[in-house]
Amino acid sequence: MPTETPMIRVQDVRFRYDPDQPAYAVDGVSMELRRGEFVAVLGANGCGKSTLAKHLNAILLPETGTVYVEEMDTRSEEHLYDIRQKVGMVFQNPDNQIVATIVEEDVAFAPENLGVPPEEIRTRVDEAMKLAGIYEKRDSAPYKLSGGQKQRVAIAGVIAMRPDCLVLDEATAMLDPHGRGQVMRTIRHLREAGIAIVAITHYMEEAAQADRVLVMNGGRVVMEGTPEQVFSQTERLHSYHLDVPQAAELRDELVKAGIAMPENVITPERCAEELYKLLKD
Amino acid sequence: MLKDITIGQYYPGRSILHRCDPRLKLVATIAYIVVLFVAANPLGIVLSILLLAALYRTARIPGKMILRSLKPIVPLVLFTAVLNLFFVSGQGEPLVSFWIFPIYAEGVRQAILIAVRVCALIAGTSLLTYTTSPIVLTDAIENLLRPLGRLHFPVHELAMMMTIALRFIPTLIEETEKIMNAQKARGAMLDNGTFTQRIKALVPILIPLFISAFRRADELAMAMECRCYHGGEGRTRLKQLRFTASDARCAVVLALALAVIVATRFFVPGWLG
Amino acid sequence: MSEIIRVEHLKYVYNPGMPDATTALDDVSFSIEEGDFVGIIGSTGSGKSTLISHFNGLNRPTEGRVLVDGKDLWAPGADLRSFRFLVGLVMQYPEYQLFEETCAKDIAYGPRNMGLDEAEIQRRVKQAAAFVGLSGELLEKSPFELSGGQKRRVAIAGVMAMQPRVLVLDEPAAGLDPEGRDAILGQIKAYHEATGITVLLVSHSMEDIAKYANRVLVLHKAGVAMYDTVENVFARARELLELGLSVPQVTQIFLKLRQMGLDIPTDVYTIPYAVKTIRRALEAKQKGEVR
Repeated sequence: MPTETPMIRVQDVRFRYDPDQPAYAVDGVSMELRRGEFVAVLGANGCGKSTLAKHLNAILLPETGTVYVEEMDTRSEEHLYDIRQKVGMVFQNPDNQIVATIVEEDVAFAPENLGVPPEEIRTRVDEAMKLAGIYEKRDSAPYKLSGGQKQRVAIAGVIAMRPDCLVLDEATAMLDPHGRGQVMRTIRHLREAGIAIVAITHYMEEAAQADRVLVMNGGRVVMEGTPEQVFSQTERLHSYHLDVPQAAELRDELVKAGIAMPENVITPERCAEELYKLLKD
Repeated sequence: MLKDITIGQYYPGRSILHRCDPRLKLVATIAYIVVLFVAANPLGIVLSILLLAALYRTARIPGKMILRSLKPIVPLVLFTAVLNLFFVSGQGEPLVSFWIFPIYAEGVRQAILIAVRVCALIAGTSLLTYTTSPIVLTDAIENLLRPLGRLHFPVHELAMMMTIALRFIPTLIEETEKIMNAQKARGAMLDNGTFTQRIKALVPILIPLFISAFRRADELAMAMECRCYHGGEGRTRLKQLRFTASDARCAVVLALALAVIVATRFFVPGWLG
Repeated sequence: MSEIIRVEHLKYVYNPGMPDATTALDDVSFSIEEGDFVGIIGSTGSGKSTLISHFNGLNRPTEGRVLVDGKDLWAPGADLRSFRFLVGLVMQYPEYQLFEETCAKDIAYGPRNMGLDEAEIQRRVKQAAAFVGLSGELLEKSPFELSGGQKRRVAIAGVMAMQPRVLVLDEPAAGLDPEGRDAILGQIKAYHEATGITVLLVSHSMEDIAKYANRVLVLHKAGVAMYDTVENVFARARELLELGLSVPQVTQIFLKLRQMGLDIPTDVYTIPYAVKTIRRALEAKQKGEVR
């Protein structure tokens, strides 16, 4: 059996929107994505995280450096649709991703483009809608759905390509907490189904559920590690204009006030446990 | 007010009419419109309306949906009716006369006929859009126009444009209302003022609306690329258009019904025609 | 302090008489004191946006009354437009309403509609721009050249420049990154403190409400579920959770501690107060051990 190669390999990618400008939007990023992995990419606006995301399915091509998807160079034109089929992408505004006027017909859009036979499209569409939890809404008009529902339609529309990886480019930024919760639940289902996830976000609660967190600043990856490793460095995150979970902030403030607390406290559950140990008699 | 426009509003259902081949429905609707004009006599109109009522019943679409589709065109209907009322001169004595406008029996007849006919026309086309999802309808148009493709007419592109336009109509209506409210909150005068003032007041609404439409178009294009869209070549469809035996039966029934209505033109008794 | 907004038995129905009629607000009554900073929370569909559209007459009550500065907006003969200037409304994603060639002109749109003289308009534009931290050089740029956060600030300045007595903001930080969010909310707070103007802030973020508001109005299913000071509302954290709302993460931690059986207050909603509470609990424990 061959050793497992990473699904996506990004090697020293640099990119700028305007070749006359000296500043690079992505300035020398290397990263790998393993099969089935959930990676969160955090960063303030303008840090290059969305630009990086658009490199993962050949919407943008690197100026220097290379991106491989399943060993295919994103620059090779003959593989363009193979790459886009393997790496699906969901964007911020759900309204601007839905093409059709009926949910199931929208979900069918990608398989139709791929020339999948009609009976097979039916199977894929039903499967994708069930996975995204919008099967009950299959006959609805998208504009009648809530934000969270629309975004799940968009996710289903991408899942119907049967990709190996789903890239979410701030897909929850326009949703209310309820809609965000729905989308996060859907992401968990997708992970169980073995799909790798790259979530571009600035919500800490979402990143805290990832296997691995990358923090970007000024076009580079400046921090990398498990959520515990990354979020416990509160001061450093603040310097990149990012929030930290309140649990981690409380832990830090307590330490500053001279109250001993262990490291790597980032969830409310863990924080409560530690405080309980401290305060119980 | 803006929300009353029902063009392209699908009323989901599983009736025979909903399941009928959209190409048949499209052709039948066109035929129906033609018939309305060919059989412009009272009996013909009554029969066309009865046919339409029967079809609405079969489609299980509530009557209030018909009213809703007619609401936006009420001013137009009234306008044409009034024009006919005053300007159609007939033989014999006028019934009454307003100032310098005499009203003849013929005028009343014409006014009623035209009003009813326009209503039937709108209700008929609405039945098509109520029972056919816009995307299926676009499919039908694409399919019927396919022969033109050989003459390098961009049939697929046209169909795709229609689909997207239909998809975004409700979104843009909602957006217009939001922008109007935002500008009203800043004191824009949209409801009153002189004609030029009102035209000027539209600028703060149209500019944001266009900018937003372009932004949406840009994002949508990227999302479509991500979903491997590359034009009509090699595309398959989830829902194949199939002309079934039941479609054939529907076609025969409709054709006969329309033929009867057309025939009224030739054999109606004098007092009705 | 005097009352600036009074809502009496307000009911609002969308599409009345139609089969899809929905009651967005039902028998809502409360009043807001001048100078308060009120946070409005509630899940989507609880009626928040419908409610705030009543304060400047964009919505007309189906039943009941809305009084602004003691006057009924919909009384016969009332000049609706003057209420629009009394209550400034910043809608969600307000940057989509920008349309002028320069930011300065866009900010001047509201004041100009009020019929003010040119000197006063310019004075107000400068003042409002300063409140939201826009420099003079940005003011001469086209709003469409700016970043998302800057555009948002131009839009907010456009409403501030009307110098309303009440400033209503619907999710002013939606979609911004943490820095942009803190900047905008901080500027609104500073504006509130500098001018003493009443501010109503609609938000989904309990952390933001806890940080900036002094009173909280909780809407649930078209009615008022709670209306009280921030401390008192977050002290009812369990009820908030039952209403399908979240509470700040610190509050969650203290709720968990209480569940584990610790005798600890649960009205904790900010980090400094949390540190103080824990320290006090520790001291109490140590005293107990000494005894």
